[in-house]
Amino acid sequence: MRSVWALAAMAALSVLTASTATLAGEPKQGGILRMYHRDSPANASILEGATYSINIPFMGVFNNLLIYDQHIAQNSPDTLRPDLAESWSWSSDNKKLTFKLRQGVKWHDGKPFTSADVKCTFDLLMGKSQQKLRQNPRKAWYNEVNEVTTSGELEVSFDLKRPQPSLLAMLASGYTPIYPCHVSPADMRTHPIGTGPFKFVEFKANESIKLTRNPDYWKKGLPHLDGVEYTIITNRSTAILAFVAGKFDMTFPTHITIPLLKDIKSQAPNAVCVVEPTNVSTNIIVNSTSAPFDNIDIRRAMSLALDRKAFVDILFEGQADIGGTMLPPPQGIWGMPKDKLETIPGYGRDVKANREEAKKLMQKAGYGPDKHLAVKVSTRNLAEYRDPAVILIDQLKSIYIDGELDVVETANWFPKVARKDYMLGLNLTGSSVDDPDQSFYENYSCGSERNYTNYCNREIEKLVDVQSQETDVSKRKPLVWDIDKKLQEDVARPIIFHARAGTCWQPYVKGVTIMSNSSYNGFRYEDVWLDK
Amino acid sequence: MFAYLVRRLFLMLVTLFGISVVIFFLLRIVPGNIVDILFAAAGYVDPADKAELEKQLGIDQPLAVQYLHWIGGLLRGDFGYSYVSEKPALQEILPRIPITARLAGLALLFSASIGIPLGVISAVKQGTRLDYVLRVVSLSGLSLPSFWLGLLILTASVAMFGQMPIFNPNPKTWLEAFATYAVPAAAVGFRSAALTMRITRSSMLEVLRQDYIRTARAKGASDAAVNYHHALKNAILPVITVIGIEAAFLIGGLIVTETVFNIPGVARFLVEAIRWRDYPIVQNLVMFIAVVVVFANFTVDMLYAVFDPRIRYTD
Repeated sequence: MRSVWALAAMAALSVLTASTATLAGEPKQGGILRMYHRDSPANASILEGATYSINIPFMGVFNNLLIYDQHIAQNSPDTLRPDLAESWSWSSDNKKLTFKLRQGVKWHDGKPFTSADVKCTFDLLMGKSQQKLRQNPRKAWYNEVNEVTTSGELEVSFDLKRPQPSLLAMLASGYTPIYPCHVSPADMRTHPIGTGPFKFVEFKANESIKLTRNPDYWKKGLPHLDGVEYTIITNRSTAILAFVAGKFDMTFPTHITIPLLKDIKSQAPNAVCVVEPTNVSTNIIVNSTSAPFDNIDIRRAMSLALDRKAFVDILFEGQADIGGTMLPPPQGIWGMPKDKLETIPGYGRDVKANREEAKKLMQKAGYGPDKHLAVKVSTRNLAEYRDPAVILIDQLKSIYIDGELDVVETANWFPKVARKDYMLGLNLTGSSVDDPDQSFYENYSCGSERNYTNYCNREIEKLVDVQSQETDVSKRKPLVWDIDKKLQEDVARPIIFHARAGTCWQPYVKGVTIMSNSSYNGFRYEDVWLDK
Repeated sequence: MFAYLVRRLFLMLVTLFGISVVIFFLLRIVPGNIVDILFAAAGYVDPADKAELEKQLGIDQPLAVQYLHWIGGLLRGDFGYSYVSEKPALQEILPRIPITARLAGLALLFSASIGIPLGVISAVKQGTRLDYVLRVVSLSGLSLPSFWLGLLILTASVAMFGQMPIFNPNPKTWLEAFATYAVPAAAVGFRSAALTMRITRSSMLEVLRQDYIRTARAKGASDAAVNYHHALKNAILPVITVIGIEAAFLIGGLIVTETVFNIPGVARFLVEAIRWRDYPIVQNLVMFIAVVVVFANFTVDMLYAVFDPRIRYTD
């Protein structure tokens, strides 16, 4: 009899525990998520932007055709989820991608969403429409798209020049929201209309951005929040102090440097903080069109002189990643495995031996202890550029290169780089999707606008095209690794490290996932809630 | 007096014209424009898109044409559009002026209400311990940068009270509203108060040594009457000058305080506008500040006559 009572008591306890757990984990409706924003974005149009300062506040206003799962940190082909498209399919030759669209979706102004809106969006992006975007930084993403066609109101197809499985990755990026046909690009800059969980309320430059719940959101029961408010605070110290004081529920995503994270944890020990890669690489751009870096020996010597671990230890207290062009694993999908990476000259662990080899190359080029090579190391006047540039100059000293820091105002940086008015430059390159097509075509393809160094290798170009058409991920990966290895060996744009950064939120903020291989795709916030 | 007023007003117009030329051309000397910055953020430069955008914004026109376009617009009350927000410049500037004006006004009030009495006390008690303490306080006020003091106040508030007095656009209580402006005003006004105190002290010391002060004392006037009625009234002129200069300085000089306390006033807005090379905003805002400075100087000159009957502006 005692055992029966014991069993009954255990059963009652387990039911109670289970129900309590359900209550604790069940999302609560309401509340405004308060965050600070690190700067005042130029406008509210994601399609025209090239900074996550626009993505983060405005991604929740929109939907994409498909989206990366917002609760899985690593974006991968396996985490693509339907959004405005209910499903998609490839033709047998992989040259036509067809989307079946969701029915009953409405824009925030009440007009119905149809396939025409999808066509308008991509015609705008491909430069085929009457209306023009003021800036179109991702036009090249759709180079392989012939045209976008509609079939009825709920079906849309992308006709491709050749198979490009990566197109799905780009369509799922936070940078690819669907815009309404009936709102001009100019209006989208100042008052965006979307189909997303939050409606735009106001954007006061240098002050605040406010979004409110979309009560007619097509995902029933979402969003949980009544709104999201961003207060623009450009001074990082003030912003972090305000978070510590409880003025904000969350910091601006990936805005906290590793040293600052310690401060937050000591001042707000209950704060939940995560550190993830940002998929932004710090790299060296070399002007190989003029002396002395037209000499491959000097370029190789410079690459051999890099002590990447020292950069990571000094700037990130050891918490950053060393890799090639693609973000290294485990967070990166396409990065080279460690054993392959270490076979690349300059990536070996013996820095002293690397530098001895570098010195020999420098001596071969006519430089040595008595004849140093004087170079200017140009970089943008921002801390994340300046600090590694200073370390770079220090490291180059070990191989007879005397560097002088040339700090360039942001407004003049890209014009200067485009004019090839530099010898060596320290640059940051962000990847909005962890995908080889985006990275290789954008940064290394002959004639690409963002191929600052004008690196052009026809052999590599062919290999990039081959990997781009490969639909089997397991077969594509080795191709990507070989290309990446070759790019590093060619000193096309030596990668120093891949940065990591922190994000913190108050313990009552639930449902936030910081993406681990992109800083651009995880800010829909439709199922974030406040456990208050 | 009337002729003097007319002459001063004419000189003010000439000054403002000169300032407009200087603002306009200095801004164009700074390398890069809004289009460069927009493309810098995008990480590429497309020459065709860049040219198109420059044409849309009118910055492809010759400088003289751009200048005339701006001045012509100003005279017609057309302040142009912000290149960044694409809203009318006036709509962007106007709501920010009261915020900065309140902050500057409170800082000046703080400066005058603290600086003048302490300056008088320091002068009257010259050579005493109190005088030394006040002089050290005033020196520290002049030496501590307001951004450092601001950050110190914020850090101390968070550490001691778990609260932070940053700008709140919709204060719920009177205390919140007061904290919104009072703390930053104190941070910026501390330096100003120190300056006012030092000027008051030195001016008072000079006046207190005058014969008529000795005469007043000999006639049996009380200390308060001598110090405040006779001495301060005559010592106040240089203090008014300094407060006038400070008033003008504060409008443009609140940049750091507005940034640290995250106050959306004109000063921080101006810095952002310069960063974006948002010419319509920068030109109009700097002209506004110039107008304030010129008028402040004019007002100070007029106040001289009120406070010192010996000064009369004659033809």
